[in-house]
Amino acid sequence: MRESDLVDHFLPLVKRLAAGEWFTARVSACGVFHIAYPSAPDTLKTELRSIYSQLCSDDMPMVRRAAATNLGKFAATIGSAHLKTDIMPMFDDLTQDDQDSVRLLSVEGCAALGKLLEPQDCVAHILPVIVNFSQDKSWRVRYMVANQLYELCEAVGPEPTRTELVPAYVRLLRDNEAEVRIAAAGKVTKFCRILNPELAIQHILPCVKELSSDSSQHVRSALASVIMGMAPVLGKEATIEHLLPIFLSLLKDEFPDVRLNIISKLDQVNQVIGIDLLSQSLLPAIVELAEDRHWRVRLAIIEYIPLLASQLGVGFFDDKLGALCMQWLQDKVHSIRDAAANNLKRLAEEFGPEWAMQHIVPQVLEMINNPHYLYRMTILRAVSLLAPVMGSEITCSKLLPVVITASKDRQVLTVN
Amino acid sequence: MNGGDDAASSAAASGPPPSLEWRFSQVFGERTAGEEVHEVDIISAIEFDKSGDHLATGDRGGRVVLFERTDTKDNGGSRRDAEQMDYTVRHPEFRYKTEFQSHEPEFDYLKSLEIEEKINKIRWCQPANGALFLLSTNDKTIKYWKVQEKKIKKISEMNIDPSKDPGSSSPLPLIANGVHADKPQDYLSKDFPFPPGGIPSLRLPLVTSQETNLVARCRRVYAHAHDYHINSISNSSDGETFISADDLRVNLWNLEVSNQSFNIVDVKPTNMEDLTEVITSAEFHPIHCNMLAYSSSKGSIRLIDMRQSALCDSHTKLFEEPEAPGSRSFFTEIIASISDIKFSKNGRYILSRDYMTLKLWDINMDSGPVASYQVHEHLRPRLCDLYENDSIFDKFECCLSGDGSRVATGSYSNLFRVFGASQGSTEAATLEASKNPMRRQTPARSSRSMTSVVRRGSESPGSDANGNAHDFTTKLLHMAWHPTENSIACAAANSLYMYYG
Repeated sequence: MRESDLVDHFLPLVKRLAAGEWFTARVSACGVFHIAYPSAPDTLKTELRSIYSQLCSDDMPMVRRAAATNLGKFAATIGSAHLKTDIMPMFDDLTQDDQDSVRLLSVEGCAALGKLLEPQDCVAHILPVIVNFSQDKSWRVRYMVANQLYELCEAVGPEPTRTELVPAYVRLLRDNEAEVRIAAAGKVTKFCRILNPELAIQHILPCVKELSSDSSQHVRSALASVIMGMAPVLGKEATIEHLLPIFLSLLKDEFPDVRLNIISKLDQVNQVIGIDLLSQSLLPAIVELAEDRHWRVRLAIIEYIPLLASQLGVGFFDDKLGALCMQWLQDKVHSIRDAAANNLKRLAEEFGPEWAMQHIVPQVLEMINNPHYLYRMTILRAVSLLAPVMGSEITCSKLLPVVITASKDRQVLTVN
Repeated sequence: MNGGDDAASSAAASGPPPSLEWRFSQVFGERTAGEEVHEVDIISAIEFDKSGDHLATGDRGGRVVLFERTDTKDNGGSRRDAEQMDYTVRHPEFRYKTEFQSHEPEFDYLKSLEIEEKINKIRWCQPANGALFLLSTNDKTIKYWKVQEKKIKKISEMNIDPSKDPGSSSPLPLIANGVHADKPQDYLSKDFPFPPGGIPSLRLPLVTSQETNLVARCRRVYAHAHDYHINSISNSSDGETFISADDLRVNLWNLEVSNQSFNIVDVKPTNMEDLTEVITSAEFHPIHCNMLAYSSSKGSIRLIDMRQSALCDSHTKLFEEPEAPGSRSFFTEIIASISDIKFSKNGRYILSRDYMTLKLWDINMDSGPVASYQVHEHLRPRLCDLYENDSIFDKFECCLSGDGSRVATGSYSNLFRVFGASQGSTEAATLEASKNPMRRQTPARSSRSMTSVVRRGSESPGSDANGNAHDFTTKLLHMAWHPTENSIACAAANSLYMYYG
């Protein structure tokens, strides 16, 4: 847009919207201030700032919410001179608003404003606000702080993080409300990355231990999905000493989600300490999940088998997991059988046709004589998936005869 | 009078405001004598909007009817008009605005149950851009309606008809969207003969609009979130969320999101046989976005703070009147069930209605109500009969005046009672939502005895103190008090009566 157009048309538009009778116009106005401001002449700039200030204290909570959401963007367009004099008072008002929803949205403003201010201003103005929010009466505000903590730490810098935000984070990890603990637990790895290992071990690890035996399964589940990532951060000794017991206890958790989340992230632990320490507990856990009552749990573990196989190696697989994979082909639930067939294909891809020829194909072909037609259909599906991987020679010599025999089967309906 | 000083001292020294003289104002949908009332027309919800300019009623047939205020439309010239008037007291007058079908009867196939289309509650939301918004609910589904003036689109200046003046409105009857119905000039027909010389000039048809029409559109449907029948909905002061309450659960919704809601209160016991108490009504605090009150069938009101935890099963405050010793009877528990609660506009008081009384609670004091009003004490000896014909389970609504100085609720025989709620007030009026609109009701003199009797003409059946010839089929369940004026809207079956005081 040309400069003159901006001044002649766009700025009056913004002012009209901001003075609109209906709150919807004022809400829209909040969203365009950051576009109008940079090209406005200085006199109008002052006016725009004062209008925005009025919008921040508007009667309608919807307008205040829109003002809080856009404060960061608006502040980025204002020079540092006016940032402290004009924006910070607006920010202070919004952070003390009656309506929970307005305070919630100003949490995001903390991170945005922190980046724009000088470090000492940040510590002086933003940090106390964050600490207050982390102790807010409303759990929703604390939840937002927990969600945004990483960005907030980046904004204030490492030193204040160490002194002020670590205690705040520890409080959040021990919060009364499960939802807050879930959000905080989900960020534990990210948070530890910005601390040095000693601090992490000293302050965060005790909380992690408590969370691993939290009464709410969602908290444990959230913890399980990120805790493996702490291994690289803490290093080998600390992992073995502190984290390993936690992994093992989560692996034995009564809720399948928790166990699944641990198993899905094994590669990170593998890099640090190797899999042998875990493998003893791992296998019983996998077997238990593989035979879980709920089919979706079984499905999830099947999805992970190729990953596990590649990490644990062929030997481990041969001994223990092979039998499971075959067993799944005869599961009562169709989705499981289907996933099992896919699984075999991926294993064949992973380990190569020779290995598959030895370990998968014979067992699969044997099952073609199952009395029940549904299971025979599953085998045919598996065969059709394996054929491209195995190569044309094996396909013609071993797989094709089976398929031809099956095509004469009275009940098999699919043609592969 | 010496002016300011005197006014202040007179305000300090003055007692409760003087009793109001209630007068009949308007009636809508009145039945003529002997006319059958259709079940579907019976009004089941009444609500004024926040400004008092609109009134919505819902009926058992799933329709919502809107009324708008006519008397204070243009405030521009009102000062001069007011100066010229003989009297300055004006009362709100309403006229019919529009109506729409909000809910349809449905069938729950899974449980083989019919879902009634009866509107249980209506709540107004924030108006925006000249449109009205309201939430209406039946037993299972809540809908968000937008009522707006829309221009009717007409197509004019159709090209082929040089005999018409350009720009004049078509003499042909129009159907919606300007489709011309008549055959003779069917421009879209393939057989239309083109004039031999061609057409001198080509004009593109214009869409013009002159008239406007009120159109109601359903913007959101909030469905499938309740296992039991929804009894209340309430908007939050933050303008973007609302709650819906059924017998055992209270859910929190965002107006924008119709496929998800959060459960914030769950009183369902793990074993349904242990069920003793259900939720009967719930309302948000008018000012604080985090406070919520709900009432139960055991006569208790719980105030909860949503800031404390995500699932608010434990209350912050419990308002329960301790039972008077020795008065227990078979019916005590049944009549203790609260049928409706309302917050006062300043958020300081909660008014609750149980079968026999109205109780006013101060939310800062949970030891007992600050005031208790007997609504129809003369019915107490008749509780047995009321139990027999199931009238004891009737759910009466209650309302407070905008300034919090008076409370009102309905009773049988189309009576409603108004009580003064301020300190020291003994005002108590009983009025009948009458079939004869021209007859002036004289309010009962406020007296020590709460069982005041209405004085009226001789035709109507008496509901006098000796309790003969009671009419339990005519009950005034639903009523609403105007937010700023002393005006009450109440529903007697299918008729809406308005009174001002």
